[in-house]
Amino acid sequence: MVGRRQTWGSKAFVYGALLIIAFVWTLPTIGLLVSSFRSGDAVLASGWWTVLRNPAEAELSLDNYRIVLGSAGGNPRLQEKIKRGQENINLWSAVLNSLTVTIPATVIPILIAAFAAYGFAWINFPGRRAFFISVVGIMVVPLQIALIPILRDYIKLGLNGTFLGVWLAHTGFGLPLAVYLLYNYISTLPRDILESAFIDGASHFTIFVRLILPLAVPALASFAILQFLWVWNDLLVALVFLGAQNQVLTQRLLGMLGTFGTDWHLLTAGAFISMLLPLIVFFSLQRFFVRGLLAGSVKG
Amino acid sequence: MKQTSTEEVGRLTGVLLWLGTNLSRLFVSLFVPAVTFYVLLVVFRFLRDGQAPQWVTAIVAIIWGVGGVLALFLMANLIIERFPAPWKRRLTPFVFVGPALVILAWYLFIPTLRTLWASLFDARGENFVGFQNYVYAFTSKAMLESFRNNLIWLVVVTAFSVGFGLIIAVLADRTHPAFETSIKALIFMPMAISMVGASVIWKFVYEFRPPGAEQIGLLNAIVTSLGAPPQAWLLKQPWNTLFLVIVVIWLQTGYAMVIISAAIKGIPAELLEAGRIDGANEFQVFFRITVPYIRGTLITVSTTIVLFTLKIFDVVQSMTGGNFGTQVIANEQYNQMFRAFNFGRGAAIAVVLLLAVIPVMYYNLRQFAQQTEAF
Repeated sequence: MVGRRQTWGSKAFVYGALLIIAFVWTLPTIGLLVSSFRSGDAVLASGWWTVLRNPAEAELSLDNYRIVLGSAGGNPRLQEKIKRGQENINLWSAVLNSLTVTIPATVIPILIAAFAAYGFAWINFPGRRAFFISVVGIMVVPLQIALIPILRDYIKLGLNGTFLGVWLAHTGFGLPLAVYLLYNYISTLPRDILESAFIDGASHFTIFVRLILPLAVPALASFAILQFLWVWNDLLVALVFLGAQNQVLTQRLLGMLGTFGTDWHLLTAGAFISMLLPLIVFFSLQRFFVRGLLAGSVKG
Repeated sequence: MKQTSTEEVGRLTGVLLWLGTNLSRLFVSLFVPAVTFYVLLVVFRFLRDGQAPQWVTAIVAIIWGVGGVLALFLMANLIIERFPAPWKRRLTPFVFVGPALVILAWYLFIPTLRTLWASLFDARGENFVGFQNYVYAFTSKAMLESFRNNLIWLVVVTAFSVGFGLIIAVLADRTHPAFETSIKALIFMPMAISMVGASVIWKFVYEFRPPGAEQIGLLNAIVTSLGAPPQAWLLKQPWNTLFLVIVVIWLQTGYAMVIISAAIKGIPAELLEAGRIDGANEFQVFFRITVPYIRGTLITVSTTIVLFTLKIFDVVQSMTGGNFGTQVIANEQYNQMFRAFNFGRGAAIAVVLLLAVIPVMYYNLRQFAQQTEAF
């Protein structure tokens, strides 16, 4: 910003405009957060901003969260609320399911892609270039193209509705981007380190595990976050391959959205719970996330 | 000449050694995988059919999934290591690259062909119907509505996400770094939220109550406080698609902003200074120097967002289910697959999506080929 003629007026404009934009951007989320502290009757009766007029009167509480996480058991006041509502919505099992789906669906593609990226970058084998180009080309293909054949396979193999099926599906859909990102990083590692290891008699496998993996941690982290957020927030793959048993958070939220308003206060708490983990992951590892996006985030 | 007994013994030993090594190789190559797969299968059956409490299943599943893949790689390496050098060299690439290629083949390459094939058959895949499903895909009311809507999505989301992202990036660049980081984090935050979660948030913004009743939706509250009647934003055609579009702009602007911001920070300061010294005002600097310089980035970001909007599903499914004239291609495909159980049509629609994406694929590959001559 050397030599820029920034008048007091234009500075105020820039800061002011940005503050307004940021405020408008965050407002909807604040609305959800505030609503999640209100009772069911209050949510349906008045807008969330009315709370700001008189916070003390608004009876804000964590009740919705308690009900939704299944810890309303011993609490008579909460039991009363549940009886008045249409159903006891317990999202805790959906949280477990989301974790069960997301963690392996993040780690497995990274493992497989890291091996492949190393192979493409540092092992010379016939067809190397052709295979890699096809991996890059397949990146933009919409995953809708695979739903019907894979579903048919799963039904035949008894994988329909299983976690393994969803893990493999997410792996398949995430591999092109993973291989591309990791290849870009691994291929830029200094040649001499690898060559001296080869001279010392190390096999490709040893070099991969002892040298490459530790050095590639930033790239691995970037993809891990992208994939984690993608899988945790995914709806379509879960709907198609997981079905009605073992529903994940996104599926449960979709189901709750379909009801007509009696349990909206629980919906707000549920939605916020589903956002909490991604937000934590996102804010604490922002650097890696941004890096991953910058490295090329075209995803099928 | 008759062979001496030492030579005979020598040859016999040689044969026995060869037999021994190869039998042990065979044994390891068959036994180790057999045991590994058996263990994995047993645990899988436990996970699928067992009655353990859910948190137990969750932990076992995670360990099994991650550990299983690690074990498979270790096992493959164990086997390869026992082979003589030339075989080792030939087989190692397969261990590294093989799993990825096999999975990609099964999950993306081959399904493309199978979907193409399935699109020529009827609902249950039993009778050949030729191009009938494509007639549906291109001329039915639902699909025509979807085409119109996807076009709106494509144009509006891309234009506004990139536009807002650009403006915010440029403005934020001129502020104090700490302020810039905070503002960008706030704009970027919706990217961490699922589309379903965003649908919940915006449902509270768009909620409609009849005139006279207290409005609990933010937008209607603002509108009524200005004296106008409340509107059912998600029901009024054709505007309701635009209100769905706003949700996705809210989500995607952060993405565009981050990438454009990085690009802007790469513009050489001298370039901008030169423009200012020559008397250009800030607008001229923006349009004549900044924008042309980051043209490549703008194209990449726009392409990514275009691809994303072609497949838009979650928001439409969550907020309107595709009703009230808001249907989109990906949602129609889902309907055909899981409501109408018509796999033939579902396949044809998927192929239509693929066709829409081919120009981008071609462009990507060309860029990539240019970049990697020294592969």
